[in-house]
Amino acid sequence: MSGRRLWAVMLKELRQLSRDRITIAMILGVPVMQLILFGYAINLNPRGLQAGIADAANTQASRAVVMDMVATGIIAPRLSVATPQELTAALRRGEISVGVVIPPDFEARRFDGREAVQVMVDGSDTVVQAAARQLAQMPLDSEVSRVRSAADASAPISVVSFFNPQRRSPVNIVPGLIGVILTMTMVLFTGVAIVRERERGNMELLIATPVSRTELMVGKVSPYVGIGLLQTTVVLALGTWLFGVPIAGTLIDVFAAAMLLIVANLALGLVISTRAGTQFQAMQIAFFVFLPSILLSGFMFPFAGMPAAAQWLAELLPLTHFLRLIRGIMLRGAALAELWQEAVALLAFAAVMMTLAIRRFRKRLD
Amino acid sequence: MNVIRARGLTKRFGALTAVDQVDLDVPRATVYGFLGPNGSGKSTTIRMLCGLLTPSAGAIEVLGLEIPGQAEALRLRIGYMTQKFSLFDDLSVRENLEFLAAVLGVPRSAAPQRIRELLLQFNLADRERQMAGTLSGGQKQRLALAGAVIHRPELLFLDEPTSAVDPESRRDFWEKLFDLADVGTTLLVSTHYMDEAERCHRLAILDQGRLVADGTPAELTGALAGRSLIVHAAAPRRAQQALSAVPGVLSVAQIGNVLRVLTAGAGTSIGQLHDILRAAGVEARIEAGTPNLEDVFVSATGRRAQPREAAAA
Repeated sequence: MSGRRLWAVMLKELRQLSRDRITIAMILGVPVMQLILFGYAINLNPRGLQAGIADAANTQASRAVVMDMVATGIIAPRLSVATPQELTAALRRGEISVGVVIPPDFEARRFDGREAVQVMVDGSDTVVQAAARQLAQMPLDSEVSRVRSAADASAPISVVSFFNPQRRSPVNIVPGLIGVILTMTMVLFTGVAIVRERERGNMELLIATPVSRTELMVGKVSPYVGIGLLQTTVVLALGTWLFGVPIAGTLIDVFAAAMLLIVANLALGLVISTRAGTQFQAMQIAFFVFLPSILLSGFMFPFAGMPAAAQWLAELLPLTHFLRLIRGIMLRGAALAELWQEAVALLAFAAVMMTLAIRRFRKRLD
Repeated sequence: MNVIRARGLTKRFGALTAVDQVDLDVPRATVYGFLGPNGSGKSTTIRMLCGLLTPSAGAIEVLGLEIPGQAEALRLRIGYMTQKFSLFDDLSVRENLEFLAAVLGVPRSAAPQRIRELLLQFNLADRERQMAGTLSGGQKQRLALAGAVIHRPELLFLDEPTSAVDPESRRDFWEKLFDLADVGTTLLVSTHYMDEAERCHRLAILDQGRLVADGTPAELTGALAGRSLIVHAAAPRRAQQALSAVPGVLSVAQIGNVLRVLTAGAGTSIGQLHDILRAAGVEARIEAGTPNLEDVFVSATGRRAQPREAAAA
């Protein structure tokens, strides 16, 4: 391993990178765009959800409950029907996203302290679901209380979530997003790195020189570590300014965790690059990795809810371990050292992949 | 002493035998040519000699090193100019040379001076900041050669170096190759141009992976003495048809108004051909010609080579 050759490869990569406008656009564009897009899901304060009302009781008190709900501004009544079945159908057709059902025995239920009003929610949209939960917390005050007198207020309204029984905490998204963006861009950058040289014909020149496999691989990967840290900074800064995401732990731990994921993903990208025949193939393989990362890592769905097989698979993905690290550090204020198992898992992944990439790469054309 | 020694060199790709039992000896400080049509195994042979491809069979010794086993040790001592331009399009002329100087072990203190020298020597001084991808064919080729010799290698492999450049650039390029040979560099150059092959000190003709002839151009053409004839006929096309049917005639090519005829051996005399043409009703004058490398190629392979100024493959 020669420091001069390694530096020559790194310098070459940096120079080429500085002239590659699309890659530069991706480096900054992807984090900004993703954050803004996902940001809407975080910053949500939904107003005027289309609602359908099925007031079978039609008493003064039931009408008052409906009017109170409308007064919150969360729902806007769009249609009034006779039966809950009609509401379900309207929900399915997408005409409304919230249905309010008041049973014929509304008054009797209230005096008995049973559930008196049901809110149906289009759970396929988690944002709507979260908003409807606000409705459920709504105290039945003033007029309603007068009618109801002393009956106890425990769970006067129940929420039935349709189509998606899970919830996710919005603040989980920005830390997770660092991981998703790094997975997406880092794997792709190095995924095409070796194939591109092969496609452009540079590889025959490179392997005819004394540059060693390790020098080539490490030299190609190193510049992207800096780029990954830059992306992390962008997401953290925007996340804090725009969406007020807290950073409970130390910044050093956050960047150390990001660094671990960056190296793991870059190494994975290199392995892909040694396998793929064309840049297009490399991208396809990268997406093949990307999809399970998004779905299984716990970014979208809670890890605990997955079947054992999916959990095992998820344990193999760097993003899974990174999410545990970053949520621990940013949200719970844990130190990196306390989460050492996850850090070790990422390190091991990076080491195995890097070894694989170097071993798979042959300084031969056959 | 021979710089390259190969015995029984063979390369198979699946069912295809690209290089078949080639024996090769290349003496020091010579320009050694590989002549053959596209697909004759020239590139594959060169790649095996510099350790980029593993031979299916055979033994190679280059600069006293056993290849492919000691290929890494060889890399600092050879230069290799690929057939397709393989420097970095998105690096400038100077940046490309800086990269190669570093990876090919030119001492750090000597590199700037060496790069300046090469930029002047290869007429690239006014282009040093230009991106390599925007250079012309001739400029790219000069840059590639500059890159291949930056570490002053003892042995230089050039795989069809002039396939993408105009005739004038080709001539200039060959002057540069002879300059290198003069200072003791051994060059192995593949080509499918006869005029380039004629300039080599020694020559190996490859056809379908086999070595069909080798020697100096003079030895190769000299071996064909008396077998090349020039036919001046009033009706060259008809004469060509008549002569092509004769068993002892290997080839008949029309060059301007005359026909170049290559015979299989001394058995087919001028008198015989005269009679055949007269019988076909063609009046002709026949004289002995000087065999050229094209004749060597035809006699060795039984086929005509590609035209002299064939377009780049």
